[in-house]
Amino acid sequence: MSALSEMSRLKKEPQAKKRKLTAAEKKEERVGYLFLAPWLVGLVLITIGPMAASLYLSFTDYNLLQPPEWTGLDNYTRMLEDTRLQNSLQVTFLYVFVSVPLQLIAALALALILDRGMRGLSFYRSVYYLPSLLGGSVAIAVLWRQIFGTSGLVNQVLALAGIEGKGWIADPSTALGTLMVLNVWTFGAPMVIFLAGLRQIPTMYYEAASVDGASKVRQFATITIPLLTPIIFFNLVLQIIGAFQSFTQAFVVSGGTGGPADSTMFFTLYLYQQGFGNFNMGYASAMAWLLLLIIAAFTFINFIASKWWVFYDD
Amino acid sequence: MTTNIAPQKKTSAAPAETTTPDSPPVHSDADDELSGSRTRRLIKHILLTAFGIIMLYPLLWMLASSLRPNDLIFREAGLWLTTFEFSNYTEGWNALQSPFGHYMMNSMVVVIGSIIGNLVSCSMAAYAFARLKFRRRSLLFAIMLMTIMLPIHVIIVPQYIIFSELGWVNTFIPLVLPKLLATDAFFVFLMVQFIRGLPKELDEAARIDGCGHVRIFTRIILPLMMPALATTTIFTFIWTWNDFFSQLIYLTDPEMYTVPVALRSFVDSTATSSWGSMFAMSIVSLIPVFLVFLFGQKYLVKGIATTGIK
Repeated sequence: MSALSEMSRLKKEPQAKKRKLTAAEKKEERVGYLFLAPWLVGLVLITIGPMAASLYLSFTDYNLLQPPEWTGLDNYTRMLEDTRLQNSLQVTFLYVFVSVPLQLIAALALALILDRGMRGLSFYRSVYYLPSLLGGSVAIAVLWRQIFGTSGLVNQVLALAGIEGKGWIADPSTALGTLMVLNVWTFGAPMVIFLAGLRQIPTMYYEAASVDGASKVRQFATITIPLLTPIIFFNLVLQIIGAFQSFTQAFVVSGGTGGPADSTMFFTLYLYQQGFGNFNMGYASAMAWLLLLIIAAFTFINFIASKWWVFYDD
Repeated sequence: MTTNIAPQKKTSAAPAETTTPDSPPVHSDADDELSGSRTRRLIKHILLTAFGIIMLYPLLWMLASSLRPNDLIFREAGLWLTTFEFSNYTEGWNALQSPFGHYMMNSMVVVIGSIIGNLVSCSMAAYAFARLKFRRRSLLFAIMLMTIMLPIHVIIVPQYIIFSELGWVNTFIPLVLPKLLATDAFFVFLMVQFIRGLPKELDEAARIDGCGHVRIFTRIILPLMMPALATTTIFTFIWTWNDFFSQLIYLTDPEMYTVPVALRSFVDSTATSSWGSMFAMSIVSLIPVFLVFLFGQKYLVKGIATTGIK
């Protein structure tokens, strides 16, 4: 199962014994690094170099004009007092922990309904998948701004049912909810992954179970779900990592402010404002490292917890 | 599954069925099962279609609204059009400093540059990881996998500083150069998975015939990995076309705006006055992605499936 299992397998790979390389092996090594050259240059210049620089900058005060000034842990202690930052963390966590489970439940439910040789499967799959491709665009964010506006589509529909709506985006208590709806709307991508996972479950398991008289519900609980846990885990890790980095929709829907009343102020949006609005590059770097730590911590927790609930067939 | 099970089930169910007093004698249980599942199937299709319509309704409604006068957009929740307001499109097209086509061209340049970059650099790295032996390969491979999950935020600040020192802000270089250096590790991984699935005998036969690695790569592996290259092309297209964060940061000169940045400036400048033309340009901006989706579906689904699961 993809990058995640790939990583856990790496540890198990036995270390090659150190010995002299033959001429052919030396040549292969040279060719190997030649093919790898663009990636290696990118790794050093675009990824690791800037990462190191970012770590350094996180301990400085830097506004692009004057050279960076070493301030030690100031940026980090400042975060402890920055209530807007803490609020942005709260908003982001709320968004991640509400919308990701809902999105995955929708994805799993639809995948189960569409599973196995159903007529029109590829048609339904395409219809449900399309929003995932468009959902990250500015155009959809523009649409969301109208739909959930005071006289937007949602309220027009509600009015037909005699319900009086409100300005969903203008109200701090519901603005974040509209973004969660948008995230759930893009359940198509994890659904496609679930569908592929369901197809990998050997049909003979179900055959054996129904010969033994197991009901559909029982088959679902004892075959489908356990064998699908690696895919559920994969989707969970992927969607959590992605949701922590959400930016575009909150930016466009709130006009770049994170409003109303900071209710859609995602962590990344606050980071953007600090770094590229106020040019507090040191502070923004420290924030970026906090984000990395949070994402790494959650991925790590996920991996640890997976030992208890993810079932690997091998 | 059902083909094997169904006959068995019927034979075992038949005696039980005849003993039930309610079942009419002329009705065989096989018919019952068929008609029962047929109505159930019909209901399932109706529900799935209804759900699909709800899912796509916002998009369809935006399309319809882009052809309506402004005041109607806020009163008409249906899709039926009484008038065709094409002026939304002409107004929207010319609402910004440059015609909207200019921003589409800018986006196209970035997209094509990114596609070429990803195809060349990622396939090279993938070949090395999948087929060549060299020291520290598994370490480098692990690093490559980890970079897939790295948030761009931890590198964007220094990257911005470097590119602005080099005078590359407001050019497309900061957007395309990283792709030429295989920083989209996701695609490296996708291609590694694909190459691993190709029979090794092909390379070995070619090597016996005296082919070097460059020739094996260009003449054997690359032609065989067309599906993976197609998936990469399609995903790169869509992700680059939609990408907002880095384009917002690097492109501040209106002349250099790409579609997402231009659209966003449109939203900010017109506030709420001209939704019709804003919708019109939003639709225009979605068309390329939609076309790629329409013609590249097969590779999209395959790509997701093969990277999601082995």
